[in-house]
Amino acid sequence: MVKSGAAARDLREAQPGGRYGEAAKMLSSQEGNSFADLLATHAEAVISAWTDEVAHSLRGRLSHAELQRQVTELQKGFQSALFGGALDLADDAAAELRAQLSELSSLRARQGFSANETAVSVFTLKDAILRVVNTDDAGSLRDYVSFSTFIDRAALFTFDSYVRVREELIADQAEQLLELSTPVVKLWEGVVAVPLVGTLDSARAQVVMERLLQSLVDTGSPYAIIDITGVPAVDTQVAQHILKTVVAARLMGADCIISGIRPQIAQTIVALGIEFGDIATKASLADALRYVLKLTGTTKRQER
Amino acid sequence: MDRVPVLKIGDILLVSIQIDMEDQVALQLQEDLAEKIVATGCHGVIIDISALDIVDSFVGRTLATIASVSKVLDADTVVVGMRPAVAITLVELGLSLPGIRTALNVELGMELLAKARAELDWEAGDSGDDEDEPAVTAP
Amino acid sequence: MTTRDGVAAAERIEVTSDQDVVRVRQLVRATAVAVKLSLVDQTKVVTAASELARNTLVYGGGGSVEVLRVENGRRAGVKIVFADQGPGIPDLDLALTDGYTTGGGLGLGLSGARRLVDEFEIDTEAGRGTTISVTKWCR
Ligand SMILES: Nc1ncnc2c1ncn2[C@@H]1O[C@H](COP(=O)(O)OP(=O)(O)OP(=O)(O)O)[C@@H](O)[C@H]1O
Ligand SMILES: [Mg+2]
Repeated sequence: MVKSGAAARDLREAQPGGRYGEAAKMLSSQEGNSFADLLATHAEAVISAWTDEVAHSLRGRLSHAELQRQVTELQKGFQSALFGGALDLADDAAAELRAQLSELSSLRARQGFSANETAVSVFTLKDAILRVVNTDDAGSLRDYVSFSTFIDRAALFTFDSYVRVREELIADQAEQLLELSTPVVKLWEGVVAVPLVGTLDSARAQVVMERLLQSLVDTGSPYAIIDITGVPAVDTQVAQHILKTVVAARLMGADCIISGIRPQIAQTIVALGIEFGDIATKASLADALRYVLKLTGTTKRQER
Repeated sequence: MDRVPVLKIGDILLVSIQIDMEDQVALQLQEDLAEKIVATGCHGVIIDISALDIVDSFVGRTLATIASVSKVLDADTVVVGMRPAVAITLVELGLSLPGIRTALNVELGMELLAKARAELDWEAGDSGDDEDEPAVTAP
Repeated sequence: MTTRDGVAAAERIEVTSDQDVVRVRQLVRATAVAVKLSLVDQTKVVTAASELARNTLVYGGGGSVEVLRVENGRRAGVKIVFADQGPGIPDLDLALTDGYTTGGGLGLGLSGARRLVDEFEIDTEAGRGTTISVTKWCR
């Protein structure tokens, strides 16, 4: 329900610019009724013709049975929206239909179909209707034109949701890549390390921060080494992120050691006036590990 | 009103906060704990907050007060199990929980308490008030 | 369900007690999950809401909290509006300073909450009350 509210707004916003076609003409209630009647009376013929059209446009990449199921659902969606009194795709009565169309877009996007192929699945309803409508009758023809407008808007809506879903998919994948490029390794019992390589932007620094902290919990490691040997430069923001990670780790009960600070980076840190305070820094990852082992070793000896 | 249970396990009091506490519940816990420390003579308190999905300034302040009161009653407090998202948020909020010892989990918290006690016993006769020690000590 | 411009859903809680602050946290959490904020961002916005709702209760003498699902083009978000008819905040700059408190708190609620959200607006007038609205957007 909530989703459909948002969709309704999108349509309304789009209207003034005419993004959804000619003057965004609404159906009259009489046109709506006759459209609904038409869909109901010729349900079987419409579904069959529509399925054929879609199958043709997708060139057999989805099974006929599956398409038929989808088309049947859509046909029902259109029919109940119109029977419910929807005169425009943005109407409340068309909420269910909009949800269906978004779902179709999302499905097609995930299956790797293009935006065009997705929108055509809706556009082809027009061809299907043309087969059952009596085109010799002027009244029916006029109705057909108004139905077309409604269908066009539905297809464009589908196109739009497809684009949105695609963008989400791409963003997800980018994020996954980001995570792959920041491994957190368990170096020793009680010690994890993140060797950072490459440019650290703010977004990546944030991902590193979260992953490092989570790995402390998962492995029960009270020590973490952040190795920045492979980082060519840091800016204030990134330095701040590292700093915040160290403070957050302390709140959780773990200590961080930063290793591999290059001379230039040390200069930057000082020049930027960033306080690294009492955070332990070591020249190399090996030095850092040695340092941690000495700390834990001392602890062990004390305990005995 | 819900009440957070305080369990005695060996010579340690274990508090596991499992609910989204109303402020009043947090204050009640503060009172209950002080009484339980005196009643049991325990020297260590572990507060497990791994079930808490947020810690705001009120809860943070309550934890700090609990740690201070316990210290006066000769008991060390360790807060364990803070979630990463909670820690990140606290840093942004500006709450650094000075004076509170923390550990990743209950087990590490116990080790920390044992170590603190051992150090105290070492310096036998010492009142045990080492004011200068860092807010968060390494386990 | 409302379909005001950019608003997909809204719910309102009257805040007159501790329990209501807990309910605000829970509602904000549910909404943050529904708009798919990341876990850390959920935690940040719930913590901010907890701070501000408590201020509404303690300093504003109670009031209302409205939690809205909002959209702006591509992004979804959570917007929360805290309103009270209390004494207002006479010196806003001062109140927004870390550590400033008139109520024996840590003075981090207002300033910290501002750091935890993406948008933060205050409308306050001495003797009239305070309205604070905050928004957290999906990244
Ligand atoms: N809704 C309000 N109405 C009137 N005054 C307010 C309101 N909210 C905040 N204030 C004033 O601003 C000051 C700072 O608020 P803030 O939340 O930062 O700190 P606090 O509530 O005193 O302590 P903390 O939130 O850290 O426990 C308060 O002490 C109070 O004087
Ligand atoms: Mg406050």
